Amino acid sequence: MLSYLLRLADDNLVLAQRLSALIARMPELEEDIAIANIGLDHLGQARNFYSYASQFDALGRDEDQFAMLRSEREFVNAVLVEQPDVDFAHTVVRQFFVDAYQVPLYEVLAASTDETLAGMAAKALKEARYHLEYSSGWVIRLGDGTSESHERCQTAVDTLWPFTADLFAGETSDAELIAQGVAADPAVLRPQFDRTISAVLAEAQLRCPSDPYQRLGGRTGFHTEHLGHLLPEMQSVYRAHPGATW
Amino acid sequence: MTVTDATSTDPSAVGQARFDELLADGRKVEPRDWMPDEYRKTMIRQIAQHAHSEVIGQQPEGNWITRAPSLKRKSILMAKVQDEAGHGLYLYSAAETLGVSRDELNEMLHSGRQKYSSIFNYPTLSWSDMGAVGWLVDGAAITNQVMLTRTSYGPYARAMIKICKEESFHQRQGFEIMLTMVNGTAEQKAMAQDSLNRWWWPALAMFGPPDADSTHTTQSIAWGIKLETNDQLRQKFVDMTVPQAEYLGLTVPDPDLRWNDETGHYEFGAIDWDDFWAVVKGDGPCNRERIAHKVKAWEDGAWVREAGRAHAE
Ligand SMILES: [Fe+2]
Ligand SMILES: [Fe+2]
Repeated sequence: MLSYLLRLADDNLVLAQRLSALIARMPELEEDIAIANIGLDHLGQARNFYSYASQFDALGRDEDQFAMLRSEREFVNAVLVEQPDVDFAHTVVRQFFVDAYQVPLYEVLAASTDETLAGMAAKALKEARYHLEYSSGWVIRLGDGTSESHERCQTAVDTLWPFTADLFAGETSDAELIAQGVAADPAVLRPQFDRTISAVLAEAQLRCPSDPYQRLGGRTGFHTEHLGHLLPEMQSVYRAHPGATW
Repeated sequence: MTVTDATSTDPSAVGQARFDELLADGRKVEPRDWMPDEYRKTMIRQIAQHAHSEVIGQQPEGNWITRAPSLKRKSILMAKVQDEAGHGLYLYSAAETLGVSRDELNEMLHSGRQKYSSIFNYPTLSWSDMGAVGWLVDGAAITNQVMLTRTSYGPYARAMIKICKEESFHQRQGFEIMLTMVNGTAEQKAMAQDSLNRWWWPALAMFGPPDADSTHTTQSIAWGIKLETNDQLRQKFVDMTVPQAEYLGLTVPDPDLRWNDETGHYEFGAIDWDDFWAVVKGDGPCNRERIAHKVKAWEDGAWVREAGRAHAE
């Protein structure tokens, strides 16, 4: 259960960290506000999952200890969320892939036999649906905008697609949780994810990626090199003052 | 021609009379009302400068979001910076009621023809600056904005009411960061003192030049745009903030600061106005990078805005 919750939490924290770095860098003030909103939702979800994970942790770590004291090899987020914000297209396409995954994920988890998890997922589901509306809206606008935006959006889709399968990667211990109705079965989530992707990309007049290559490993701490830059920045103040209260 | 004839045939004279009446009655000037050109210009300049300040103000605090030392603080800071962007939006809308577009205002900010508050031209150098900025900068802003909730231009006054509520949250959150730091390790307490040392004088300067040198104040007061002078507001801020610094156990970096029993106010030392004017004129520690950051975000986003327009067609 600890590992399952940490995966949920880490996905959200690392994505929130990426989004939080974009505030005051967006194309319009409205987008600054939207990106902060979405980032805040992911951060809130991460905090919920960490605080619940704390109950299953032999070390009794709290949310900050989970976030600030684990290394790159201990983070178990999917490699997709750590990918950098090359341009606005990368930001919205990464968001779109995550949202297309989280909506069915939280739908299933909202009916989890674990009531605490179900409650957290039900709240997160509302947020994820709004995020999906926002991100798919932008994918369509960019795909169906100018030739430059179309090209940039297609590049982002092609670049980020190989990191999507990692969202669904699980652990052998998940089987039991799935059987108990606690965790979501990735095999159930995948078809809905695929349907969302193809519907939105079609409307955006973008090509579905055909390259079968997928980069896995995030769930076991085998990350892309980007995470090793994101974490030290995030953890710097906390680690510089061991034991301090903030 | 009699006086009566003049008012009945000259629309601007009718307008002026009605405008004067509104001000005299303490009622609001609304977008549809006639107003003197100079009033309109002053209002546009002031609201735009205020909006630009909210927008540029995202940068110094945005600088620490990714490094916030706890997830709770990260969340509070993100929400605060988001609020500031929201304030910018309201204020641009208020300015638009005066017949100027957001794009024009944006362009004037980028080209340096309109200013933003000089306070944002100072760097944020440690986490405790997030405390000091909330406590002092938002604190100074509120002192000014509480007055502006009663300003004569309706849309501006109404925007201020909404904004003031959020600003007082910001101020409290900033103070709470400071409080946590001064009760923390020796290093944390030293950081907090250093932040106060660096932000105190710039915060006092936020109220603008002394009344004797302030070119706009008399007219702004006559028009009901300002209800108190720069020096009056500055004094209010000092009186409110010094006891808070004492409560924190921090030293205000002013050897001349002392309580005056007779006046019931604090007396404080001279502000370095040469430094203030240098920052206003563009030679502060961060002027260039703040504008460069803003312009880059705008230019990087050009293709996105274009795509949005193309798709809408
Ligand atoms: Fe504000
Ligand atoms: Fe504020």
